[in-house]
Amino acid sequence: MDYTNILIAFGVIAGISLVLGVLLALVSHFFAVEEDKTVKAVRACLPGVNCGACGYKGCDDYAAAVADGSAKPNLCVPGAEATAKELGEILGIEVDAPVDLVAYVHCNGNCEATAKKAAYDGMSTCKGASMLYGGPDACRFGCLGLGDCAKACPANAICLMDGIAHVDTSRCLGCGLCTTICPKGIISMIPQETEAAVMCSNTDKGAEARKVCKNACIGCMKCKKVCPHDAITVTNNLAKIDYDKCEGCGACAEVCPTGCMKQVVFPDIPEGTNPADLIDKDFVK
Amino acid sequence: MEMFKSLIIILLSSVLVNNYVLARFLGICPFLGVSKKLDQATGMGIAVTAVMLLATAVTWPIQYYLLDKTGLGYLQTIVFILVIAALVQMVELLLKKFSPSLHKGLGVYLPLITTNCAVLGVAINNITDGYTFLESMVSSLGVGLGFLLAMVLFSGLRSRIDETNIPRPFRGLAVTLIAASFISLAFMGFAGIVDALFA
Repeated sequence: MDYTNILIAFGVIAGISLVLGVLLALVSHFFAVEEDKTVKAVRACLPGVNCGACGYKGCDDYAAAVADGSAKPNLCVPGAEATAKELGEILGIEVDAPVDLVAYVHCNGNCEATAKKAAYDGMSTCKGASMLYGGPDACRFGCLGLGDCAKACPANAICLMDGIAHVDTSRCLGCGLCTTICPKGIISMIPQETEAAVMCSNTDKGAEARKVCKNACIGCMKCKKVCPHDAITVTNNLAKIDYDKCEGCGACAEVCPTGCMKQVVFPDIPEGTNPADLIDKDFVK
Repeated sequence: MEMFKSLIIILLSSVLVNNYVLARFLGICPFLGVSKKLDQATGMGIAVTAVMLLATAVTWPIQYYLLDKTGLGYLQTIVFILVIAALVQMVELLLKKFSPSLHKGLGVYLPLITTNCAVLGVAINNITDGYTFLESMVSSLGVGLGFLLAMVLFSGLRSRIDETNIPRPFRGLAVTLIAASFISLAFMGFAGIVDALFA
């Protein structure tokens, strides 16, 4: 029996493998990328739930941004103050305490105030409903009440009541997942300590807005005029509060003719609770 | 002109008629695995196209200047696998060093492609079809674009499927496979269309 052919094939494969192996080893040696130690240390302090509330793609992205100084270390929402402090120690700088933000649904179009323009019998998700002529609600801006936000919420802080979504601010972690998932884009993050909020997102003119919903903002400017801190602007027939200026006096809520400007009092998170512990880690993947 | 025409025919037929995923059923794994979201599907498609071009550029000379010269043509498959895997690893290392942003974009997908059968398939088919080097490169580009097209189409379909209320027994992979078969059927409609273009 002639083994030459087998030996040749064996030799060729072995040779090619060896060449490739050596090449790979050389490339990985000469073009190695050194990993930054600060990034690693920062990353270790972050909760690792990749919620994106800091405005970066995930904890890895945020860690890199913090390490090279392009991001403030107090942006991690689930980690809150504890994480901000730890990051400050690693970087050797003073860190301001993070502002607690909570999600808020800017709509008060409950069953009593607004009507449906059509009976909807399709898929029961907000995204699905909004694909069909903007959804079955008379108001094209308002909450559809099918609960995409509630399903997305990792802390089960959103409940559906009376046709609209409500955020239980004591449970809200401030991750902001609901703000991105809402197809109407009517959920935004507002400071937890605030005492006033606009409960409407309708940018139609007053008469039209009023026609579809009794609780709509009609852009009458009364709140803007009465606000002693100049914190309210009305653009596109819709009031907006600048929370840097708002002092929470509640003057706007008193004059609002449709009651869409509300004085809200948020319950506080019980002392000693770390919001990061509340996240169901299996849920956030 | 004649050559240009034949190159166009190769390109179009490998994108539409002989679409590797939908007509030849190669590379089904990434097609089903990474087609959930549009941006991921696009990333994977572009990465596969790049790797296919690279793999062809390397394997074609190996076949004609090494294996054929030494009469070792029967080692084609194993040598190609070896070379492509090593090549992709090397590209990944180089990308990480010289273009971190591109590495991040393709990052997860590059290692996944190393053993993708569509990449191996295109390298081997280029040889069996007797293409010249230029024709091989055009064919690889076409196959890559075809893969990208299939991924993008399918991810669009899947994002809609995710929103719908599907009967329980069909949820998940079942409805995905059925949808894939429908796209595949639709692509059968392209059979014969390329030759007719230049008739």
